[in-house]
Amino acid sequence: MATNAQSRMTPLKLFSYGFVAVWLIIAAFPFFWTFWGSFKVQADFLSKADWMNALRGTNTIEQTGSAFTGAGYYGAWVLEDFWFNFRNTGIVVFCTVVISLTFGTLGGYALARSGFRYAFWILMAALVFRAMPHITLVSGYLLPFFEWNVWGILPTTIIVLVAINQPFTLWMLHSFFKNIPKDMDESAMVDGCTRFQAFWHVIVPVMWPGVITTGLFSFLLAYNDFAVTAMLLSADNETIIPAINSFMGTTQVEGKVMYAVAAVVSTTAPLFVLILFFQRQIVSGLTAGAVKG
Amino acid sequence: MKHRTFFWFILPTLSAMILFIALPIVSVFVQSLFVEHEQVLVVTENCGPFGCTESTAVDVEATEKLRADQPLGQFNGLGTYANRSHLAFSEVGEAWSSSASFGEFWGKVYNLPFYSALAFTLAYTAVVTPLVLILGMAIAVGVNNLPGMLKGLAIFISLLPFLVTPLVGSLILFWMVDSDGVIGATIQRIFNDPSLSLKASTALTWTMLMVYGVWHTLPFSFITFYAGLQTVPEDTMEAAQIDGASKWQRMIHVVVPHLMPLVSFVTLMLIMDNFRVFEPIVSFKAEAHAQSLSWIIYNDLRESGNPLYASAGATSLITIILVIILMMPVLIRTWRDFTRKSH
Repeated sequence: MATNAQSRMTPLKLFSYGFVAVWLIIAAFPFFWTFWGSFKVQADFLSKADWMNALRGTNTIEQTGSAFTGAGYYGAWVLEDFWFNFRNTGIVVFCTVVISLTFGTLGGYALARSGFRYAFWILMAALVFRAMPHITLVSGYLLPFFEWNVWGILPTTIIVLVAINQPFTLWMLHSFFKNIPKDMDESAMVDGCTRFQAFWHVIVPVMWPGVITTGLFSFLLAYNDFAVTAMLLSADNETIIPAINSFMGTTQVEGKVMYAVAAVVSTTAPLFVLILFFQRQIVSGLTAGAVKG
Repeated sequence: MKHRTFFWFILPTLSAMILFIALPIVSVFVQSLFVEHEQVLVVTENCGPFGCTESTAVDVEATEKLRADQPLGQFNGLGTYANRSHLAFSEVGEAWSSSASFGEFWGKVYNLPFYSALAFTLAYTAVVTPLVLILGMAIAVGVNNLPGMLKGLAIFISLLPFLVTPLVGSLILFWMVDSDGVIGATIQRIFNDPSLSLKASTALTWTMLMVYGVWHTLPFSFITFYAGLQTVPEDTMEAAQIDGASKWQRMIHVVVPHLMPLVSFVTLMLIMDNFRVFEPIVSFKAEAHAQSLSWIIYNDLRESGNPLYASAGATSLITIILVIILMMPVLIRTWRDFTRKSH
């Protein structure tokens, strides 16, 4: 019901609109600026003389003859083999998401259906594990991994990321399965199914919305991770995030900064697409734990 | 569910967590008890025409052998925890007895690496968390008043800084505040000081990192509060309006109390995330002025050629204990909820 009082422009309303507008500019501008600048040369992107250069591309026109250049992207993807890091990230992220969802669905279902005290303790332990900074665990991995000669390769990193992912996955899926009525699988068991058959034939077909939402966050955790991948992967097996960090170490020389800028924009692009398609699921996932308490 | 079935269902996830989370904590603790072997020295006497000289040399072979036999190093007990790079009991004690004022004492303690990292981590958490809560609430209310079409767009744009890879997001800001970048250069022009650099002073570096922190985590609190606003009871709002409550009064007396349970959830998540602040320090190359607990662990492990496992282990364990202390209120409340439900 929109009464006159509600739709009138009060100073308070005007202020809150202005506030939202300022926030949206602050949120979006850095991305826009870096995306636009990634098609320029360094003298324009980091232009001390006049920031308008970055918009107009004065030096870019001077050096390349056109206002836009793909030199940064060529340098990163072709000369610095960034595609190889991207492929590694693809493997790591895919395996991490698939394995941690498989483990997490089974475990989350069990926790949701078991009222015993130990189920509660597992959830509590998971909560504490979830809060620990990832780097604190990494210092425990290194020595054993060197000893067993499994340091530096992708499978080790995948398994570690799966484990680090479990606490969050368990909590998400546990609260999701709690909302699926118990009667569904229990009536299947009355009809003679085993627990696993009931899970497989009754629960699995209806669990996909929750699994997709959880999967999105597993994807983000694996894709965005720096602490684990930087410490556990050797230089020739790097995924994109540690690769960008090594870029920064080696490419401070004139011209190569643009390689890092191009790599940064390339890294953000998949996330942009992800938000575009899954905005609703991401929002519901963010608030799932909160709204239900 | 029967114990047996439960066991088989939980087995994969539980073994992953035990093997790669619980055991590494044990491993961190064990390695923090040892320090690296000292080099084996041999003293040889060289006698020449001008008398004898004693020279000390490192017996490389014996050192290598010792290190290979006992890769953990020699037992040091809790020594690493107490040394200068960690809790530094003797240094703190001395600073306490030799300082006239609290400021002087704090100045001395702040020079110790662990305490300076702890100070930054706690300051970052203490500044970013309330700012994000308040600003997030304000934006949620603002967006809730927007027309329908714009709401979706606002949420889409807001998700960008939150979901962007922390290392990448902070790099993007780093290039902008660089003294040649758009914000850095503009600030120099405003203050007419070409040597002004956000990276050169401690206060400005801290501010920059905190601004990044707010930019990065604000969307989380905004979206959670926005979802909460959708469930504010219409009846109460209308009743308050009929009773003559102004918009502002309705906000303070109806909306905010309704969102209170969400506030504690968001606070918990924010504290957890802010306490592990790490990537922005790497991206901003801010380590000269600001180090966090996570960063000093990373730095110990990066020490080229000779990673300080013991030191990293000790810092890690102290950090884990601090996290558990920070989370205590929540753990106790969850425990109470559980026992109340089961009785």
